Amino acid sequence: MNMIVCVKQVPDPETPPAGFKVDPAEKRVIPPLGAAPVISPFDENAVEAALRVKDNYGGEITALTMGPASAEDVLRHAIAMGVDEGMLLESPAAEGFDSFATAYSLAMAIKKIGAADLILCGREAADWNAGQVGSGIAELLGLPSVTLVKNIELMDGMLKMERVIPDGFEVVEVTLPALITVTNELGQPRYPTLKGVMAATKKEITVLSMQGIGVDTSKLSSMSSDLKLLDLFIPAHERKCHIFEADNLEEAATALTSKIIELNPS
Amino acid sequence: MAEDKDILVCGELLEDKMTSVTLELLGIGRKLADELGEELGVTFMGSDLNGTAPPEGIAFGADKVYVVDNPLLKDYQTDSYVAVMHKVCQDLKPNIILLGQTSMGRDLAPRLAFRLETRLIMDCVDLKIDPQTKLLVRTKPVYGGNALANFISEAKPQMATVRTKSMAAAEHNPSRKGEIVTLEGALKPAMIRTKVIARMEDKEGAGRRLEVADVIVCGGRGIGSAENFAYLEALARVLNGAVGSTRPPCDLGWISTELQIGLSGKVIAPTLYIGVALSGSSAHLAGFGNSKNIIAINTDPEANIFRVAHYGIVGDFKKVLPVITETCKKTMSSNRSQ
Repeated sequence: MNMIVCVKQVPDPETPPAGFKVDPAEKRVIPPLGAAPVISPFDENAVEAALRVKDNYGGEITALTMGPASAEDVLRHAIAMGVDEGMLLESPAAEGFDSFATAYSLAMAIKKIGAADLILCGREAADWNAGQVGSGIAELLGLPSVTLVKNIELMDGMLKMERVIPDGFEVVEVTLPALITVTNELGQPRYPTLKGVMAATKKEITVLSMQGIGVDTSKLSSMSSDLKLLDLFIPAHERKCHIFEADNLEEAATALTSKIIELNPS
Repeated sequence: MAEDKDILVCGELLEDKMTSVTLELLGIGRKLADELGEELGVTFMGSDLNGTAPPEGIAFGADKVYVVDNPLLKDYQTDSYVAVMHKVCQDLKPNIILLGQTSMGRDLAPRLAFRLETRLIMDCVDLKIDPQTKLLVRTKPVYGGNALANFISEAKPQMATVRTKSMAAAEHNPSRKGEIVTLEGALKPAMIRTKVIARMEDKEGAGRRLEVADVIVCGGRGIGSAENFAYLEALARVLNGAVGSTRPPCDLGWISTELQIGLSGKVIAPTLYIGVALSGSSAHLAGFGNSKNIIAINTDPEANIFRVAHYGIVGDFKKVLPVITETCKKTMSSNRSQ
């Protein structure tokens, strides 16, 4: 199976909220000092999903990202996990793209790469949480899509996925080529092995350009101005928490219990 | 036909009854329609509908109810539902389309937006009309909920999915008048490229109970193991509540993923929420922020949860929870015997 996984580099979402800062005038997040950007967690689940398909049924996996040259790091992380190739659609302006411009650019890159049976994306990126690019790429490429996939099996030449639904899951069959978005219910992504990291350091990353993949750059710039970000701000948390304290923990817990009983609706 | 006019809600039915999120969409839809001096419509898609939902749609604020009844719409499925909504939108040309941030909405909305070549903002917690441009300002949490962003676009129709439990439900007014319109699905089986061959769901299960529970005891990474969730279960039992979890215990396999509360899990709004050994990350807060009373138990006094909780204790849950559970048991049984 030929697979393409779309991955994105984002500021580390594990940064404690206290360390998260925004520049409201520039409408940008101020990257926390010393915290390196990471692969968006759901995209890492997507890489894991592709690797499991490769483990079970064979195939080749290409990781694709769009961004500045430094975005190479997420490709190397994917290669260290076991992905075969890495492709960077170089675009310093990508940070300002909305879902439409992003999906359009990635769809054009996928067309250029060609011959993919399965395209995998994370269900949403950890920075803007838009949750649209995967489905958007499928729509632009005219492919069927299945979202929130937590398991993939190949049986009788058909791909059977488990798709998360509110009270359980459904088993969905889809004709290939198709696009899926992956969710964390898939399970923990594998850690890169030492061998994988060594290979990733030496691996040559293919760099694609907007022109090279046939993107109409004037269409792209008008596309990315169709959605305006008016404000980006941190909501004020005005709550003052009443901490129960006492000479010992048992007394404090008993005092808290009185409050719980008071607030308990039943 | 008037272009770019009127609000259209994509309604969801469960056994011919509108789901709670549909009532919330009608609530905000009515508000926006009144502000713009436009009409509110709602679509109901399904198969073999018994006709009881449309009059309720009108009673809850819709001026028009559009019903599409087709065997290919029996259960939610991407290709059929997107095709129907696309045709409805091409015919009606609405100004604004609202969907729920639900299993159906999350899947339907992006493909519909791209097919209509318009802009969509998902998981909105606020919607307002800009007084000058009369455009829809869509507010959504970003960066895992650490920040809020306001978006605006001239692209029509303006699309938004709305976070469940973030908007007030519409008011019921049985004297309201409206129109029920039956639309053709124009669906062909060849359009359907994905096939649901099995569904494993437990509608009476723990996940559903969690969504409607009025008391929720929630555990995080600090719980440490699957076995330790027993401390939370004991307390939940005494309080007649349910147990939930943040994402890490689910990812680590300590508890079922159907009990995950947060940005990519369930959204809850109980009267009483007790967060145990969880940091209070924004991603989790997205799932319980509208809880009426929030109590936190954590060994770290700097944990973010203490910035959002009303009451708390800094301490080890293995020591604190048994005291709370036993004290509640004693107090409640003595109250009963009075």
